[in-house]
Amino acid sequence: MTEVFSATVIIGILTSGIRLATPYLYAAIGETFGQRSGVLNLGVDGQMLLGAFAAFYVAFTTENLWLGLLAAMIVGALMGLGMAYVTVNLHAEQGISGIGFYLFGLGMSELLFKMLLGTVETVKGFPITPVPLLSKIPVIGEIFFQQNILVYGAFLLVPIAWFILNKTTLGLKIRSVGENPEAADSLGVSVARVRYFTIILGGTLSGLAGASMSIALLNVFQQNMTSGLGFIAVALVYFGAWRAWGVLAGALLFSMVNSMQLWMQVLNIPIPSDIAVMLPYILTIIVLVATVSRVRAPSALTKPFDRGH
Amino acid sequence: MTDNKLPSGHTRIDTLEMRGITKRFPGVIANNKVDFNVRSGEVHALLGENGAGKSTLMKVLYGMYGPEEGEIFLNGNQITIESPTDSINQGIGMIHQHFMLVETLTVAENVALGLPSSRGFLTDLDKVSERILELADIYGLQIDPDAYIWQLSVGQQQRVEIIKALYRGAALLILDEPTAVLTPQEVDEFFVIMRQMVADGHALIFISHKLHEIMDICDRVTVLRDGELVGTKIIKEITKSELANWMVGREVSMTRELEDVERGEARLVLDHVSCDSDRGTPALRDVSINVYAGEILGLAGISGNGQRELAEAVTGLRPVTKGRVLLEDEDVTHFRPGEVTERMLSYIPEERMKDGMIKDFSISENMVLREHHISPFAEKGFLMLKNIAEHTDSMIQKFRVKTPSRETKAGSLSGGNIQKVVLAREISRNPRVLLAAQPTRGLDVGATEYVHAQLLEQRKNGTAIMMVSEDLDEVMALSDRIAVICEGEIMGIVPRDEATPQKLGLMMAGESGEE
Repeated sequence: MTEVFSATVIIGILTSGIRLATPYLYAAIGETFGQRSGVLNLGVDGQMLLGAFAAFYVAFTTENLWLGLLAAMIVGALMGLGMAYVTVNLHAEQGISGIGFYLFGLGMSELLFKMLLGTVETVKGFPITPVPLLSKIPVIGEIFFQQNILVYGAFLLVPIAWFILNKTTLGLKIRSVGENPEAADSLGVSVARVRYFTIILGGTLSGLAGASMSIALLNVFQQNMTSGLGFIAVALVYFGAWRAWGVLAGALLFSMVNSMQLWMQVLNIPIPSDIAVMLPYILTIIVLVATVSRVRAPSALTKPFDRGH
Repeated sequence: MTDNKLPSGHTRIDTLEMRGITKRFPGVIANNKVDFNVRSGEVHALLGENGAGKSTLMKVLYGMYGPEEGEIFLNGNQITIESPTDSINQGIGMIHQHFMLVETLTVAENVALGLPSSRGFLTDLDKVSERILELADIYGLQIDPDAYIWQLSVGQQQRVEIIKALYRGAALLILDEPTAVLTPQEVDEFFVIMRQMVADGHALIFISHKLHEIMDICDRVTVLRDGELVGTKIIKEITKSELANWMVGREVSMTRELEDVERGEARLVLDHVSCDSDRGTPALRDVSINVYAGEILGLAGISGNGQRELAEAVTGLRPVTKGRVLLEDEDVTHFRPGEVTERMLSYIPEERMKDGMIKDFSISENMVLREHHISPFAEKGFLMLKNIAEHTDSMIQKFRVKTPSRETKAGSLSGGNIQKVVLAREISRNPRVLLAAQPTRGLDVGATEYVHAQLLEQRKNGTAIMMVSEDLDEVMALSDRIAVICEGEIMGIVPRDEATPQKLGLMMAGESGEE
């Protein structure tokens, strides 16, 4: 057992925990914007899958990772655009629409995979880019500053999201549209435009989240490779009480537990692997139940806005 | 003021005229060729029953509805208003009946919302706060720019709404039933602010049901009935009762006669009752009240001071943490709602759309909601549809519910008719105790008169009635005794002949009834 708690193992768990937080962060921060403006998007996982495929396919064929990244963002944004049209213009029920977009992304990514690739291929994903100086710090440097560029991006996104939501006029509009769209509308704020913006932004970030898996973390594309990660991201927004820092805390908790169970399997600790895999999910439910009474969702969450009704 | 500037620095609106406004909704003409005008330095009342088209007309002016026909002239020049932004830019502001405030934001954030910032895409809340304090000073509206809306009283929230409009340069303010939510003291303060604004050259449009307020504060009054313009008159040239008749189109009685009824035994007793709010904080503290047969006990207070919790504690919907509730000497403190119902307690809930009926059910289904499971409406588990239909038809007739048929969905009726359905269901079973929460809120003069008559009829029949109301005129007109609640405590119980608005208002604000 001594081996389990050695410094190497602990550093290993923390390092991969930081890395694994990446897709959760992109997806959940994106979802935070949407939910703060009153739109629940359950299609995150579908957006991620299509984004992951687009990134992988473009990177695989052009051998340019940045083009892959761009493709993922565009695909995610287009999925967001669709979701925005359905929920904002057509006033469709958000939960059901989101599930529809999830199933679309799931099916479409599988179809495209079979048509365009056929077999599991690999790409050389984003390499580890150590941050100058900082990466030299013992332990900390190894854990935080010897990661790929998408990991840094994900963590930078947290303060940026916080800043936008709390310090800008845009953030003020987003928050008010999510709490009281009638009030925002009466002051000339376009509820539709704000929601379009946040949903498309959320889609773009979900696409990035998918790309971070297919061309930075795993460097393959497989059918349903997210296995519900996008839904966890939605849960993380609730866990994080609709705040960027809270989402960060949730993403870290989740990815650390995930990282730990991976290491437990690697180290052959005698726990059935199914149980180990379940751990993060069980944890999510427990944490959500424990925190649910403390937080209050944006008042207009899931409510379509229609002037004059 | 030498030129056409207001103290806020914005341009005055000398005249605003709406001509021939027609607005249709599917199946109804909400406004039919309505003319309306307002000038700088006047308060112009817009009066009419529910559904007369007042709000529609004002929403057209504020750009929330686009009219099918009609023109708007500002200082003689024709303007087009297609959205709230347009009307704000023209110097028109609207204080909505339900405040348009984001509760989780601060005063300054609410004011800044939607406006360009001096710091580009960053918010400039410090500057906004400065200007708020400036405006507050000019107009005598004390407010803390950093306070969150949910921390403010209703009266303070209204000030935020006014500041929001002034900040945007409003020279004309539409006030949609602004006094409905205020205590008498707050109304007085509000009128002082209104008078100041008018003296400074603002134009104010005042929508209200309350005739005495219109007589008190307004210069002219325009009356609408069924979407049509009835006319415009100068207040000084009309009396209150003329105004009422003019609005309703028939004679209405403004006074309520309480017949002499012998007060009977105590039917509902609250004995040192306490309970918690939804958030787990104390909502009722040690409340003791008796309600006797043949009396109406009025429960006055500003909304949100424990009235809803009290009603729910009595009806078994909310657990009582301390004390006892007795119904005809039987301890029903921990009874389920159904058991309380069986003991012939009827309840007209405050939120009739939410708690009083099921919108998507027909009138007949709603009519038997409470007793659908017992004879004559059900036998051995089967609904007796014929009995239900007969009962509903007779109720529709007796209570004069305006509806195409008994199968009409309750949700499609007007507020007054919905209340009649609830009233019919609760009264027709001849309850021993009747708990009526805000029974006439949102109803017009005609419907209010009817509901009041029904409550007085019940009183005559010896029912013990507790009537919760925020409307002091109503409480004072109908109650034998008036209990005042503030922050979950009973401040005192005043007999009818000792009650004055001033005295009750002070108690509503938290002063004890003892002198």
